[in-house]
Amino acid sequence: MKSFHVTASVLAFAAASALPAMARDQIQITGSSTVLPYATIVAEAFGENFDFPSPVVEGGGSGAGRKKLCEGVGTTTVDIANSSSRIAQSDIDLCAANGVAEIMEVRFGYDGIVFASDVNGPEFALNPADLFNAVAETVAKDGALAANPHRQWAEFNADLPAQDILVLSPGTKHGTREVYDQKVIIEGCKATGAFDLHLAAAEGADEKEKAGNAEKACMKLRTDGRNVDIDGDYTETLARLDTNKNAIGVFGLSFYQNNTDKLRVATMGGVVPSAETVASGEYPVSRPLYFYVKKAHLGVIPGLKEYVEFFVSDDMAGPDGPLAEYGLVSDPELAATQAAVAAETPMGPLN
Amino acid sequence: MTDLSAAPACLPRPRPSLLDPSDRMRRRNAAETRFRLYGLAAIAIALTMLAIMLFTILRDGVSAFTQASLSFPVELSAEVLDPEGNRDRAEMAKVTTIGYGRVLAAAFTAELGRRGIATDLSEKDIGALISRDAPGTLRAQVLANPALVGTTIDAKVFAAGRIDGFLKGRVTLDSAERDSNISPAQLRLAQQLVEAGILTSAFNWDFLTNPDASDQRPEASGLGVALIGSAYMMVLVLLMCVPVGIAASIYLEEFAPRNRWTDAIEVNISNLAAVPSIVYGILGLAIFINFAGLPQSSSLVGALVLSLMTLPTIIIATRAAIRAVPPSIRDAALGVGASKTQTVFHHVLPLAAPGILTGTILGLATALGETAPLLLIGMVAFVDNYPAAPPDGILSPATALPVQVYSWASRSDPAFIERSNGAIIVLLVFLVAMNVTAILLRRRFERRW
Repeated sequence: MKSFHVTASVLAFAAASALPAMARDQIQITGSSTVLPYATIVAEAFGENFDFPSPVVEGGGSGAGRKKLCEGVGTTTVDIANSSSRIAQSDIDLCAANGVAEIMEVRFGYDGIVFASDVNGPEFALNPADLFNAVAETVAKDGALAANPHRQWAEFNADLPAQDILVLSPGTKHGTREVYDQKVIIEGCKATGAFDLHLAAAEGADEKEKAGNAEKACMKLRTDGRNVDIDGDYTETLARLDTNKNAIGVFGLSFYQNNTDKLRVATMGGVVPSAETVASGEYPVSRPLYFYVKKAHLGVIPGLKEYVEFFVSDDMAGPDGPLAEYGLVSDPELAATQAAVAAETPMGPLN
Repeated sequence: MTDLSAAPACLPRPRPSLLDPSDRMRRRNAAETRFRLYGLAAIAIALTMLAIMLFTILRDGVSAFTQASLSFPVELSAEVLDPEGNRDRAEMAKVTTIGYGRVLAAAFTAELGRRGIATDLSEKDIGALISRDAPGTLRAQVLANPALVGTTIDAKVFAAGRIDGFLKGRVTLDSAERDSNISPAQLRLAQQLVEAGILTSAFNWDFLTNPDASDQRPEASGLGVALIGSAYMMVLVLLMCVPVGIAASIYLEEFAPRNRWTDAIEVNISNLAAVPSIVYGILGLAIFINFAGLPQSSSLVGALVLSLMTLPTIIIATRAAIRAVPPSIRDAALGVGASKTQTVFHHVLPLAAPGILTGTILGLATALGETAPLLLIGMVAFVDNYPAAPPDGILSPATALPVQVYSWASRSDPAFIERSNGAIIVLLVFLVAMNVTAILLRRRFERRW
């Protein structure tokens, strides 16, 4: 054990002393696995069109990526964190504590979240209320809260097929889950009246705390096997859907667009999800996609500024660019983002 | 002698013939048969599982080794590609892959017209048959050799992933009806192109040599970076583990006094061999990246982490091999006046070498298939550039074979399922080759006493 540890540290020291102060040629990017495909598309095109090496892009999750970004300044830390949700105050504080004073926030587009079932199954025209009735732990039944008794979709909405309920929800570690909770479950909770019942029963010092607790109660999903949290990728959801044809899965719009031959998409509030309906805001379940750039690394890591500018250029993130073709809903305010990137404007405090 | 009174009760015991088995004998025989059947069943289950695994991998993966490509002449017009006309690389670099994409689409459409292949698709839809990788390849080719501008070259480019899937039977006219990325009309055009000999399918060396590609170009993705990364790591692991492992084992077996300390070391080595590999990844991140400042995603850090993981295995195997050398050999050497060191290096080590080699190769094979520790040191990543040649290359970002399997398996385009399984086949070939080498070495050199 002792010899082993000595060996390990000798090796590390030998390696470290032999190669002092390494400069890094390529950009290091980490973060959200939702943004990962977009970032790889840009990284590849960047490598093809510029005389810089292609950036190295890692996945691993939005939260983990932002934490890595905030580890400090220097070539052993990452340059960009991709994120499918906005940076939190805790991340900004961590960054500041580690000397990462200025971060650039770049919003490059939107991602729709769609509900899809097996392509040979029946059509689903869903509302947030239907999903809430299907997956919540407690629902409003005859004006009172009751443990979710629903077994089939048709039980609470006669327009839906008489098919056993099985929803494959995104797992709690996904950025997707936050949007799913906020824009579907809580909306549905309010629409069915369960929110008011929860609020009446909620404990708390003031109205705000009560409302918060009521929302928490809304977001509790049933655990009797009719709702399954998928912690893996969308490919896992697709595989589950393949083995259980009754299931409804939650996917990113781009994933659905690459697998339209296997999936039948459900409408939400009567709107068919597509790049157009998400961009116009008609389709309700969507979220912005971001990446965060460590400003101290601009000018140190070769090509970093060029990469960021290239990412938000019309050729890439514009409505006719390859990202939009892959499923990104392009940001109508892209021009403002481009200007902010060109001016290297750091992000202000969160509002 | 009081027992004697009980003895007569035993006397009338019958002596059955062996040919006429008693109940007890029959039960014992049945138990014997049953036990043998259990064993057979266990082996049958194991073999079935193996067969199912190999069958599914081969079924899904073999197609990754062939790829559809399009051959047609491309006129590299000087007005488009070098508007200034100076054949200056910096000026020509201003034409991006988007411009080259248009050149390719136009040339392809023109070729269809020349060959009399009628289609009512727009130029954009026709161009969609060409892989998105093609403009980048063509641009690199032209920039490397500006003299090509103004000439007409015979281009051979990948067909788009869905067209490739059509030739492999993964995409059909039915599925194209519902597919937003391809239309049945495009597939019918592809059918015509096959008949005209423009669209052909051949063995795909690029699958082994190309770097990884983004989600939009499954057809262009390959294992090049992963193979180089894995090779670098295996060589480095070998260089770091073998000397350290052998020195540690020789000391522990031949020189170390038997006391509480060496016992503790021994127990710890055995325990370290059982530590989950992800723990070594965390250790590697802390020591090699955060403390020593080595670059992330580099083969060197990967190799250091894998070495830590493999070292206990190699030490255990080496010690077993050294212990298997009979003491008589040592006694004889010491008896004719050899020193302890001479005994070890002239007699014990050569005799233990086959066992050490086998243990090392098996340890390396485990390290080759390891992903978890690499996850934490940034090697599970999209790496598009080949690592530089050694020795600098060990600091360049790289991936590894099992990492490529994992990252392809989570991509959204169904074409990556085939690539992922193809990568498993390559990985299995390497693992089998290493294990066979280990067996051959053992057969060839092993001595029994």
